[in-house]
Amino acid sequence: MSEPQVFERIRDEIAKNDVLLFMKGTPVFPQCGFSAAVVEVLSDLGVKFHGVNILVDPELRQGIKEFSQWPTIPQLYVKGEFVGGCDIVREMHETGELQQLMTEKGVTLATAA
Amino acid sequence: MPMAADDIVKLIKQGIPGAEVEIQDLAGDGDHYAATVISPTFAGKSKIQQHQMVYGALGGRMGGVLHALKLTTMAQRP
Repeated sequence: MSEPQVFERIRDEIAKNDVLLFMKGTPVFPQCGFSAAVVEVLSDLGVKFHGVNILVDPELRQGIKEFSQWPTIPQLYVKGEFVGGCDIVREMHETGELQQLMTEKGVTLATAA
Repeated sequence: MPMAADDIVKLIKQGIPGAEVEIQDLAGDGDHYAATVISPTFAGKSKIQQHQMVYGALGGRMGGVLHALKLTTMAQRP
């Protein structure tokens, strides 16, 4: 069985964006508490990221879950690697692991003011 | 159709033998839970793999009938 066509689109988005968040809503108007929580974490780190609103793209909404073998949204990708959903991203942020991952992967973080 | 806490615990324990499961109904609507799952089988696995094991035990209900499950996983109690 060949893979769903949407996987190509997903790989393209992941390749084009260092930090990519598949989410419900947009970074400015998240439409789900979990998506909003991840946006907050990324803003807290001062990381530039691209948000993909799966609510306006039903094919992508289903495809991303099959692609990552992860049943929920949001989903965070950093330099092509699936980092996790809301719980994992929040947990990693609390332990400092997320900042370390970003630095190791060469993602620029806003320097503390 | 929301899920009962006991059903979630039962499914996780069936899917991950020997797991300790603590569950909390966050909103009283059967749709928003927090669960802590402790199992030695998580040892050496990434957080993503640990959570995927729990989602696997829930047999595709995650993101469907079960809307939100705030999940914490660990190989043993801190």
